[in-house]
Amino acid sequence: MATIKIPPVLRASVGGEREVSADGERVGEVLRALAEAHPATATQLFGPDGELNRYVNVYLNDEDVRVLDGLDTVVGAGDVLVILPAMAGGR
Amino acid sequence: MSLPELKNRPCGGRYGDVVQSIGNTPLVELKRLSPKPGVRIWAKLESRNPTGSVKDRVARAMIEDAEEKGAIVPGQTILEPTSGNTGISLAMICAYKGYGVKVVMPDNVTPERTQLLKMYGAEIVYSDGTKGSNGAVELALEMAAADARYYMPYQYGNAANPLAHYNGTAVEILEELDDVAAFVAGLGTGGTLMGNGRRLKEAFGDNVKIVAAEPMQGEPVQGLRSLDDGFIPPIIDLALLDRKIFVTNGDAITWTRKLLDEEGIFAGVSSGAIARVAVRIAGELDEGNVVFIVADDGWKYLSSGLYTLPPDQIQNLESTLWW
Repeated sequence: MATIKIPPVLRASVGGEREVSADGERVGEVLRALAEAHPATATQLFGPDGELNRYVNVYLNDEDVRVLDGLDTVVGAGDVLVILPAMAGGR
Repeated sequence: MSLPELKNRPCGGRYGDVVQSIGNTPLVELKRLSPKPGVRIWAKLESRNPTGSVKDRVARAMIEDAEEKGAIVPGQTILEPTSGNTGISLAMICAYKGYGVKVVMPDNVTPERTQLLKMYGAEIVYSDGTKGSNGAVELALEMAAADARYYMPYQYGNAANPLAHYNGTAVEILEELDDVAAFVAGLGTGGTLMGNGRRLKEAFGDNVKIVAAEPMQGEPVQGLRSLDDGFIPPIIDLALLDRKIFVTNGDAITWTRKLLDEEGIFAGVSSGAIARVAVRIAGELDEGNVVFIVADDGWKYLSSGLYTLPPDQIQNLESTLWW
């Protein structure tokens, strides 16, 4: 069971929760379990091709899964998935 | 033990004016932060540029590129979205060269940035701070579309931004080090990582790991209406990155203090975050050089008290756009 941290922009879709739990051995499985439990998140998390929405960044603990193995990244017991919107930085 | 002096530019070089003096920054070893003897950590002090940040390189490259293309003429106004440093660099360079500057900046940055921008003669348009830098980009794009007299370099999409590093910062690193195991920089526009990353990968292939440290934006600056208001700078190519790690504001400030207290490096908040990631990567290596970028100095953060107050007494930790 992984913990998923929900950003403010998605909280209305999960009943206002700041974090939820979901099962899955890989990032994609955990996020699909989240989307099944909270269907309003599905179209925000995933694009029509089933891949991550390009404006969603998902971190396994603190590392961006896109630079790891994407949705196939293995999630261990006690890991935390952090969902964040893609924001501009750069001073 | 002191190192041999740099042979290439022993006095930092001789230049015809302040704009030409941008770059050629020191590379300083941080022995106290190194977790093991075989791994050497080097800080590239971009804070030693004329306005105190790495953005001097980027601003000069974008303005000179526009001049070469005939896209700007003296007297014209340059418009740019920025949370401070790029605007300050543009303002200095344009004041010297005779262009006007208008910057679009979130209203929740540290107050020193406003003073520095005004000092160099820039005009400031504030954007909604709850939208972070996204809000500044959105507003600047609207202003540029509505008035053709503006020239917007647009650091997020301008190839001159990464090229400033490909042809500058990375070349200087390669002049001083025979091998680099990891290069760590902050991810904002992506210019530093893309430009240095490409040049270092050309030199060392996959033996060098390119690592991004990015800010975990505090909740008060995640004021998006929907995820579709998100923003990905067009110059970023994630395929070039080997790791991408976020750092919370609290950790970034803790490590900004460590840089100061343990190594005497007076740096801005992003440099603390970058140092934290650099030390972590160093701990995963057995040997080699880890280079990280000190993106700016600490002067423009002094009013926050972050160098002197206990971390839990720093005001607006989560709602300030630190980097």
